[in-house]
Amino acid sequence: MKKLSARRRHPLAAFVVLLFALAVTGGLYTAFAPSGEAKADQESSQSLAIEEGKKLYDVGCSSCHGTGGQGTTDGPSLVGVGAAAVDFQVGTGRMPMQQQGAQAPSKPKIYEQSEIDQLASYVASLGSGPSMPTKEQYDPSGADVANGGELFRTNCAQCHNFTGQGGALTHGKTAPNLEGVEPKHIYEAMQTGPQNMPSFTDGALPEKDKKDIVAYVKEANGEKSESPGGFALGGFGPVSEGMFAWVFGMGVLVGVAVWVAARTAKAKKS
Amino acid sequence: MSSQGPDENVSEDKQPEERRSGVERAGGGGAPDPFADPGLPPHEPRIQDIDEGAAKRSERAVALLFAISMLATVAFIASYVAFPIDKIVYVWPIGRVSALNLSLGVTLGIALFCIGAGAVHWARTLMSDQEMIDERHSVAAEPEMEAKVKSDFVQGAKESGFGRRKLIRNTMFGAVALVPLSGVVLLRDLGPLPENKLRHTLWSKGKLLVNENTNQPLRPEDISVGSLTFAKPEGLEEDDHDFHSEIAKASLMLVRLEPNDIKDKRELDWSHEGIVAYSKICTHVGCPVSLYEQQTHHVLCPCHQSTFDLTDGARVLFGPAGHPLPQLKISVNKDGYLEAQDDFQEPVGPSFWERG
Repeated sequence: MKKLSARRRHPLAAFVVLLFALAVTGGLYTAFAPSGEAKADQESSQSLAIEEGKKLYDVGCSSCHGTGGQGTTDGPSLVGVGAAAVDFQVGTGRMPMQQQGAQAPSKPKIYEQSEIDQLASYVASLGSGPSMPTKEQYDPSGADVANGGELFRTNCAQCHNFTGQGGALTHGKTAPNLEGVEPKHIYEAMQTGPQNMPSFTDGALPEKDKKDIVAYVKEANGEKSESPGGFALGGFGPVSEGMFAWVFGMGVLVGVAVWVAARTAKAKKS
Repeated sequence: MSSQGPDENVSEDKQPEERRSGVERAGGGGAPDPFADPGLPPHEPRIQDIDEGAAKRSERAVALLFAISMLATVAFIASYVAFPIDKIVYVWPIGRVSALNLSLGVTLGIALFCIGAGAVHWARTLMSDQEMIDERHSVAAEPEMEAKVKSDFVQGAKESGFGRRKLIRNTMFGAVALVPLSGVVLLRDLGPLPENKLRHTLWSKGKLLVNENTNQPLRPEDISVGSLTFAKPEGLEEDDHDFHSEIAKASLMLVRLEPNDIKDKRELDWSHEGIVAYSKICTHVGCPVSLYEQQTHHVLCPCHQSTFDLTDGARVLFGPAGHPLPQLKISVNKDGYLEAQDDFQEPVGPSFWERG
């Protein structure tokens, strides 16, 4: 205790206290905040998915999207968004949102897949929209990766970067990194156009093309994808590479130059 | 290898002029001059200067660095021979990298680094580190030299008759001035003049809008609200020899808006059921501007963040772009396919001198 009080006037003491306080607040928040909604309804029965979904909806979603999915000032209408949109938004943890912001970020999902299916059937009952894709539609095995790459560069790369690393949009919005995103969710995002992403309907981008794109994203960003040059540095090309070279490369050179010209060790200690 | 005392090294008569005069001035005034040049600190020998054993150790360290460099060069050549170009290995923490690239880079890096490190270590521990003073010499030439050069010049000018024979002088000026014109004429050979290529694209009345993904003509029902579709003019194929120069001007971006959301009267007239067709080429420096935000209907250019409002005639909201994106007037033909009504009404892409 004596040691502690002796150090409280250290110039860094304020930072340490601040960091500690921030860490504690943040830790408590993540530990407690989302769990309230997760326990919404556990005893799911398969009998009436829509009815169960409605119950889940009333608890978890209606405060922003309105009691009948008609939307409020805090959230858009869900009439006609379809089951695929629900599966994407809730399955990637984007919904329910923790707070209003530029866009809903992806976070650990709160609902079980069975609950998501019930929510999806309820929202799908509000108005027709894209239904959840089947495994044959999105499963990337056997798809044409090269064609997918070409389509990705035409349709997706402007926002998500050539290798799907994501990028910035306006006013705090971003196109997310596609690394580790499930094939089903990539497919649903193209179908439904979540948030500010435009949709790519089957008329403009047929099912097979979507599957090829999923295969390309998995090939470029998967566990097994190769990076012959070593560090990809975010895949941004010359921007991040140049910054790395200027900051770290030049920084090391400057440091070495200073050290070379510094006084050498002397025999006599001064 | 020297162990001379400090006084012998930097003796009084070797010190700079200013320093001595400064000290003398201060001495004369009584109080010491606060700005007196302290001069060089006394030289102190390094351990290698007085201990032959330490010097030997330094020598061995330098030799070891050079030897590591030699081994690394040998390893470079060996890995060039040993690894096939497509061999991929997992290396923590980089990931799955090309074995050839990695080994070539690491070995060449070590080879170069050890040469440098050895040289630096050699210089810092073994080469003489006696501080010395080398006075700057005056930049100006000696006055005799200056006078001789001047008189030589005057005599040369006189002997050549440059000032007297004006005919020769003037024709020489003329000849020298005209020669560069031949270069100016050759510049004309750099390529054909652009003529009106910058003002026209492949779009014209009746050309169908072809989906860039499927290569099929687009129907209005293919394009839903919130979607983004790219189109090229009918008849332009990817293996055409002028595909790139034509698509660079004709590339088209299609979105469907709620007709009520469209604020610009002309935009509404040129649309079909809310489907608007805009040039995909940024009016700043010609990047493909297609970062479409479907909720705000803003389009962002990835190069310099120019932002266009698609509900208001693609007005520039932000960024360096100088003009709105040109809109293509579209409608539907009798078979139900989208077609262009005309070419773009203004040049697409960045401004140029004669754009007006």
